[in-house]
Amino acid sequence: MTIQLYYFAILQDQRGLSEEQLELESQTAGDLYDKLKSLHGFTLSQDALRLSVNQQFVGWDTVIHDGDEVVFIPPVSGG
Amino acid sequence: MSELSHDELERYQRHLSLPQFGEAAQVKLKEARVLVIGAGGLGCPALQYLAAAGVGTLGVMDFDTVDRSNLQRQILFNEADVGKIKAEVAAARLRKMNPSIEVLSIAERLNVENAIELFGNFDVIVDGSDNFITRYLVNDACVLAEKPLIYGAIYTFQGQVSVFNFKGGPTYRCLFAEPPDPKDALSCSEIGVVGVLPGLIGTLQATETIKVITGVGEPLSGSLLMWDVLTMKQQMIRFSRNPVASAVTELKEIDYACEVENETSGPLEIEVAEFCDWIADGRPLQVLDVREDWERAMARIDSVHIPLGEFVNGTADPFSAGLKTDVPTVVYCASGVRSLRAADILMNNHEFHSVWSLSGGINAWAQSGELVIFS
Repeated sequence: MTIQLYYFAILQDQRGLSEEQLELESQTAGDLYDKLKSLHGFTLSQDALRLSVNQQFVGWDTVIHDGDEVVFIPPVSGG
Repeated sequence: MSELSHDELERYQRHLSLPQFGEAAQVKLKEARVLVIGAGGLGCPALQYLAAAGVGTLGVMDFDTVDRSNLQRQILFNEADVGKIKAEVAAARLRKMNPSIEVLSIAERLNVENAIELFGNFDVIVDGSDNFITRYLVNDACVLAEKPLIYGAIYTFQGQVSVFNFKGGPTYRCLFAEPPDPKDALSCSEIGVVGVLPGLIGTLQATETIKVITGVGEPLSGSLLMWDVLTMKQQMIRFSRNPVASAVTELKEIDYACEVENETSGPLEIEVAEFCDWIADGRPLQVLDVREDWERAMARIDSVHIPLGEFVNGTADPFSAGLKTDVPTVVYCASGVRSLRAADILMNNHEFHSVWSLSGGINAWAQSGELVIFS
């Protein structure tokens, strides 16, 4: 299956891009994030982030399906 | 007889001729009291548009003075204002823009003692602050004082906007229940930001403020708008109220420095005075600057240089830079936030034995009257 992934803030800096399409097996968002974290050296753990799937904030145990739009969102404080 | 004066009818013509707006909405603006926290990148454009729109009473809260590095984005200020109190300069400029409104300058730091009483005097609170401690304080005080909160925050080329605590809607804590770990929370003075970005986000905050006051349109309650100006892509993400996270019973001090010191494995902080004593005593020390090249070019303490980014992406090589794991190490940056992070990495990834982060960074060092090397 294919999903569209968006990175915000420091995740975008650490990944080096703002969005990508991924081919993967069905899995929870938490498992997906942990794989990406070790692959790209993300410094933030799950509990420092929020996750949205198809424009809705959801929990890390949410199972990702084909065609989903997934966004990882760290808190930002700049003003 | 209109509730607006002749001058006001003339000034607000383009509002009055909007069918959804009209005189009723303009009178609501005139009667509204809005407090803007922070006259910085977000606060300046928000204040300008709220003043121009005719918000009857505007509070400008900022304890800081204008710095030359603010002028790239904080558009209420000019070169002659450097060193002056932001709240006063901003208020004076807004009164000139629109003499028919009242502008209050509040040159104080928001804290757990003054927040609730202050918020009680206003109808809507706009958060233009630049750090997590203030953002959580603003949120919690809005919950306790029952005021809608117009939220905006920025990071490099990306911004977020939402409306919290509006008619029983979700709060900031429904998005992010607790402040991030201090080492994950770099402030905007250290991170770059494209100057026009807070202009866009602050202007959206002014828009949401006007919608909340007048009842025109649908405020962003329960939606987080995220905008990446590099791609111009926007995401509108829905979220709902979390009764547990949003429940606030009292205001609590959040002290980042203490939290870090209490962790036994984390780096310690050292005050400027104690650091000076160590140097005066001739203690064996190595000093590391983790700021960027351009910051180091302005002023520095005699030190080895490795930017924080190299620690974060894993390319830092402290040994070839001349550092040794068994020599006490003091790490510094501009204000003491980045240095905490680098000190943590030095201890945990590079196995340095004793590492301190200079509290307040080179800013505190310079303020204490210590010698700074200018290149």
